[in-house]
Formats: sequence, structure tokens, C-alpha cells
Amino acid sequence: APRQAGRGGMGSGMRAGMRALVLVLCALRAGGTELTFELPDSAKQCFHQELERGVKFTLDYQVITGGHYDVDCYVEDPDGRTIYKETKKQYDSFPHHTEVKGVYTFCFSNEFSTFSHKTVYFDFQVGDEPPILPDMNNRVTALTQMESACVTIHEALNAVIDSQTHYRLREAQDRSRAEDLNGRVSYWSVGETFILFVVSIGQVMLLKSFFTEKRPGSSRAGT
Amino acid sequence: LALYFHSGEREEKCIIEDLPSDTLVIGNYKVQRWDIHKQEFLESAPGLGMFVTVTTPDAEVLLSKLYGPQGTFSFTSYLSGEHAICLQSNSTRFVAFAGSKLRIHLDIRVGEHFLDESVVQAKDKVNEVNIRLEHLIEQIHHISKEQNYEREREEKFRKTSEETNSNILWWAIVQTVILVSIGIWQIKSLRDFFISKKLV
Repeated sequence: APRQAGRGGMGSGMRAGMRALVLVLCALRAGGTELTFELPDSAKQCFHQELERGVKFTLDYQVITGGHYDVDCYVEDPDGRTIYKETKKQYDSFPHHTEVKGVYTFCFSNEFSTFSHKTVYFDFQVGDEPPILPDMNNRVTALTQMESACVTIHEALNAVIDSQTHYRLREAQDRSRAEDLNGRVSYWSVGETFILFVVSIGQVMLLKSFFTEKRPGSSRAGT
Repeated sequence: LALYFHSGEREEKCIIEDLPSDTLVIGNYKVQRWDIHKQEFLESAPGLGMFVTVTTPDAEVLLSKLYGPQGTFSFTSYLSGEHAICLQSNSTRFVAFAGSKLRIHLDIRVGEHFLDESVVQAKDKVNEVNIRLEHLIEQIHHISKEQNYEREREEKFRKTSEETNSNILWWAIVQTVILVSIGIWQIKSLRDFFISKKLV
């Protein structure tokens, strides 16, 4: 899903209004990465991000396919302290306000699983700094109104995209389960039919073999 | 580039993106190599490059190029489905080289163009608003494409569920029929056997 990276970096000579507008867009989504990757069994994958102090970040993750659809996850701050740790979670959201500046690490572990590899989706969003909007010039010209309309629409679209991503992931997970179920039903039905044949024919043969004489001289009832 | 992760020198790391058809994906990466002597990651390692391979859901290769230690790659999906973006370094060192690893910074954007550069190029306010509107329209198109793709996938999901349902029903009937007929065969066969053995 698209994300507005919102890096400011404007050239010089721009008017204050435009700069403020870009900063507002920056503030709404200061940055974020979402990735889907495959985590093999008994493996661990870590990601790192350098963050300033006093920044709010949110880590959302969800297991899409594989095994029992669960994964271990932990988050460490630059001092090595574990600020979040969960085992065998299917999905979770972890918001946090950074207190230390440095490199934050979050890891996904599938080490408890011996043969199912998992597909994990995560969304690491950094942002939510206080908006600059109140300081903006309140020039109510037609153009500025259009700019603020753009901002509103952009915000709304980002919410739509978030919601879409959420539903997409849920659907992917459910579809994966449904396909698993279908496979299991097919295999088990074939297996069961096979066992049915083997057992019933085997029963008859076994029973017949009880009454078939192998050694000479065994009595035969009636003559 | 903010997010980074570590990888072995010859290891291939893949990212999966489930894309609707006709979607532009832009990726940015930067790779650094661990220096044993300085015990830190070098800012730039000469000769280090990354093979970027993008595969379509049908396992066809969409993009396969060698880029430098820092690069931007982009591709447009023509099929909808799960695409795999794989990164592997072109290092020719032996795998057994202990303690060597790579730090890969990665940023992948799906379905949007970079807004900032076009805005910087805008000559005046009207143009700038124009560009923002175009960006919004693109976003809306992308949302609409994703929704259509979602409809496709949901239909596939529904088909799978219905198939499972009819599978279960069909197999239950078949197995019951087999059960009954085998039961009859068993009794008949045993009866004939006992009669021939003069036990009844």
C-alpha cells in the first residue's frame, strides 16, 4: 500500500505557506515501512531503525500463512532493554514513545517451529509529531483553501489505504486457511477410502484363513 | 533510508509483495559491508553491488539487474499476484568467511510516484496544487485497483471454500456407498465360504 514518505527537503525561495503545507504532510506520516517476508522454520529475522528521542512509533504485524499462523516478536531499545516481547502471537499492534535516541531493533522469531515456514507482514510507522498547522498563516485565499482540501483528502485516502491493507491481510490469511483445509479434506478422504478397502478385504481374508486348514488332520465339522 | 537489516554475504533476502496488475513499485536500497579490521560497517565498499531480481507469481523473471552499493529500482507488474523482490550481493568471497555480513537499508513504495521532487519543480502555487491533485488522483486509482484485485482474490477464496464443502459432501456419499456395498460383499463372501466349508 502506498505511503507518503513526506520528506521535507524543499529548495530555497519557497513561500512560507508551501513549506508549512509540506511540513503538515510530513507530520501526518513522517515515515514508515511495510514489508512482507518469508520466515523459514527455526529462523529469526531482525530489523533495525534509527530513531530520535520523543518520537512515537507503531509496529503492527500479522502472520499471513504458515503453521498455526503465529510468531514470536520482541522489540529492543538502543540500550538493549526489551520493551516488548510476545510469543506465539497471530497479530498485534505495539505503539511506543521513544525515550532514548538510537537504533531500535525488532525481531520476528520462528524458532519454535520445526517445519512450517511463515509469511509475516509488518508495518513500522514513525510519526505523529505535533502538526505545524496552528502556526500557519491563516490567509483565506482560494488557493490556500484548496491546499487544505488537498491535505484533508490525503489524510482520508491514507485512512482508506490502511483499512484496505487490514482487510487484504485478513482475507489472505483466511484464504490460506481455506486452501489448507481443502487440501487436508482431499488427502484424508482418499486415505480413508483406501484404509476402508484394505481393512474390509483384510478382515474377510483373515477370517477365511482361520478356517482354512494349514496343518493336516484338523477336524472338519460334518462330512 | 531508515529501516535496515543484516544478511550474510552470499545470502539472498526476499520481500513478498502482493500486487494488483499494472502497479508501479519503486524500491530504494543501500548496502554496507562489515569491515573486520575496523569492526564497523563501511560507508561504501568499492565493487560491492546487489543483484535485484523480481519474479512474477508465475515464476517469470520481471527484473534482474546488478546495481551498485546504492540504488533505485522500479518495475510495473502486469500480472496480479505475489511478486518476490530478491536482493543478493555480488560478492565473490567464500561463504565460510567468518564474521562477514551486510547491512541492507531498504524502502519499497507501491503504487505512487515520489511527490516531493515534482513539487519542488513546481513554478508557482497553481502548479503545485495541480501536482498535488494529480498525486491524489493517482492514489485513488491505486486504491480502486487494489479493490478490484481484492474482489478477484475473495472470489478465489469463495471458490476454494465451496470446493471444500462439495468435496466433503461428495466423499461422504462415496464412502457411505463403499461402506454399505463392502459390508454386503463381506457377508456374502463369508456366507459362501462357510457354506463351502460345510460349517453352516
